[in-house]
Amino acid sequence: MLDRVLFYFFAGIAVASAALMVTRRNVVHSAIFLITALLATAGIFLQLRAEFLFIVQIILYVGGIMVLFVFVIMLVNLDVALQQIQFARQKWVALIVALALAGQVGVMFWTSGKMPGQGLLVLTAVAANRLPPNSEAVAKSLFDSYLLPFEIASVLLLVAMIGAVVMAKKRA
Amino acid sequence: MNAAFQATLEFLKVYWAPLLCGVAVVAILPLIVGYIVLVERKIMADMQARLGPMRVGPHGLLQPIADAVKLLIKEDIIPENADKLVFWLAPVLSVGAGLLSLAGLAIGPAFQIAQDINIGILFVVGISALGIFGIVLGGWASNSHYSLMGALRSSAQLVSYETAAGMALVSALLFTGTLNIKSIVEAQSKEGIWFVLLAPVAFFTYLVASIAETNRAPFDLPEAESELVAGYMTEFSGFRWSLYFLAEYTNMIVVASVATTLFLGGWLRPFAGVPWLDFLDFIPVLLMMLVGVYCFVRVPKQPVTVQKIFMVLVGLLCLAVAMVLFAPIAIPILKPSLTEAVKPFYAGIHGGFWFIFKVSLYIYFFMWLRFTIPRYRFDQLMRLGWHFLIPLSIINVLLVGLALIVGAYFHLHGWGLLLVTTPAAILALVAAFLILAIEKQHDPRPEQTAASDFYAG
Amino acid sequence: MLPIEHYLFLSLALFIIGVIGVVTRRNVIVVLMSIELILNAVNINLAAFSRLYGDVAGQVFALFIIADAAAEAAVGLGIIIAFFRNRETVLADEMDLLKW
Repeated sequence: MLDRVLFYFFAGIAVASAALMVTRRNVVHSAIFLITALLATAGIFLQLRAEFLFIVQIILYVGGIMVLFVFVIMLVNLDVALQQIQFARQKWVALIVALALAGQVGVMFWTSGKMPGQGLLVLTAVAANRLPPNSEAVAKSLFDSYLLPFEIASVLLLVAMIGAVVMAKKRA
Repeated sequence: MNAAFQATLEFLKVYWAPLLCGVAVVAILPLIVGYIVLVERKIMADMQARLGPMRVGPHGLLQPIADAVKLLIKEDIIPENADKLVFWLAPVLSVGAGLLSLAGLAIGPAFQIAQDINIGILFVVGISALGIFGIVLGGWASNSHYSLMGALRSSAQLVSYETAAGMALVSALLFTGTLNIKSIVEAQSKEGIWFVLLAPVAFFTYLVASIAETNRAPFDLPEAESELVAGYMTEFSGFRWSLYFLAEYTNMIVVASVATTLFLGGWLRPFAGVPWLDFLDFIPVLLMMLVGVYCFVRVPKQPVTVQKIFMVLVGLLCLAVAMVLFAPIAIPILKPSLTEAVKPFYAGIHGGFWFIFKVSLYIYFFMWLRFTIPRYRFDQLMRLGWHFLIPLSIINVLLVGLALIVGAYFHLHGWGLLLVTTPAAILALVAAFLILAIEKQHDPRPEQTAASDFYAG
Repeated sequence: MLPIEHYLFLSLALFIIGVIGVVTRRNVIVVLMSIELILNAVNINLAAFSRLYGDVAGQVFALFIIADAAAEAAVGLGIIIAFFRNRETVLADEMDLLKW
């Protein structure tokens, strides 16, 4: 029961914030709604008992990436941009195509659980109080089976850092 | 509907204690923060050879209440063309982040609002990082250049020192192997040594980084009065400003609590595991009795009757606290049958006292530093964070990790670990001085010539 | 845990909203934010399946995606700042230097 309430609460906030984010005229308002959408996603992670992912989402995504976004928005803040047209010329075609995609994938999700003998969605999850401690499991997996992707990710971050510094430097 | 009602009752039956603790903390925290501000003003006065607030109430003890009333009845000014939604939201975000991170802390073994979180200390550190949004959005919503610059500077400072603080915490977490707050303190109890002795460079790094994280002097350029007016807080008046203020002091408490938990042994008394040093348990009792007796001794010296009465009351309060602290020690002696029943109270009350004592020492150090050292310029501040503290903390993590591996190879435990961690700390200090020397080459100070020496004859 | 369809539909909703944002908005910063939304939808999907199978690999993959999103946001915003310095605009329609 608590699971259900938490899921619908966080899911509702996530979808509502996302919809608001895409439609706001003021970019700072969009950023605020993205922050709430990300916080709601973190709530979903917590509801799925993925505690480490929850806190990494908050520290990295909300506390890092969104701070970066808000900084850049303030650096390029144009009052002129508020009066201009917000949506591109292809908006109706784009909307129809996106909704068609949504319909296709939605029908696929809806029917695949109903087909007999399809093993994918017929599993039941482990009970919540019998899960192993999450941080330890993630850490073990990260440094045991997935050490190479971990190192590659750190090199990727290094490259991105250097690239961002070079890109944002003022030409002397 | 009945099912929902039943489910709510079930929920309350399980979680009533944390909910009650949460409500109590949110209700009492503004009062506590007000009195911390009074203590700061008194300490500031003491270090500046004066008396501090003395008028409102005996010895100025009602000053926080007067301040709170003043802030509540002040006019709420919203700047022209300010974004009303964001202007309202920004202080709420700051306070919300501070209070939420307070929920993850354990004040003594018995009092924790969010109990037994797997990711304990990371939760506290991560949620308190959400306060940055309160600052940036507040500065932007004020529709003023100075506010925006102050906000950008302040948030740049916070983000810069977060990495160094996190790395310093990681150095100490290497000794525990877990992020759970109770397990961290239990690890210090098991090892028998506080982690400040095992990782002193990490403690120093966390100290400096936490001063910068809470925008306290000497890193308070973004909110210093002579610089950018009040930085991002300039346009907020009355209750909104008091929310920001509350957020800043709550952050101070959170940061001090994290340092106490991880480095200073949490709620353990000094030498917690050693049975023949159990007489140290009398220190809290003696301390409170000394303070009470001092209050009584000063009663005749008060000039006004109401102050005399108040001193007597404060003295009695201190003696009452001393009795409360003495009770768990006395009862097992007087009535041995109740020893087991009293044990959790013993641990809870004494643990709470030691925790609050250590947090107070940490905050006193913050205040001491504020009135002693001049302010850092902003580029000096950023240079200190990026060029000195982050390399130092990363080198420290490496060295402590190496020390632990060597220690595990030789099966060292507890105080034996000092054999390996002290060389690591010395190497880290050498690295620190090397970094400082390299930095000095890049940042030459202009020589004092006769033309630039203003006091020359 | 709720039946997996709940999480799949939530993930789909966020994904589609993100796609609409990317394809429809003119402001490049909002496009980047919509991309972040898409990545989050994928993360929810991964975490849900990780819980269903009891295998923590899904969460590890989600961690890598978060790290990747950080790198991409940093570089993307660097590009936007560099472009803004030259052309004073953040609208995608006006970034047409390569058109004849």
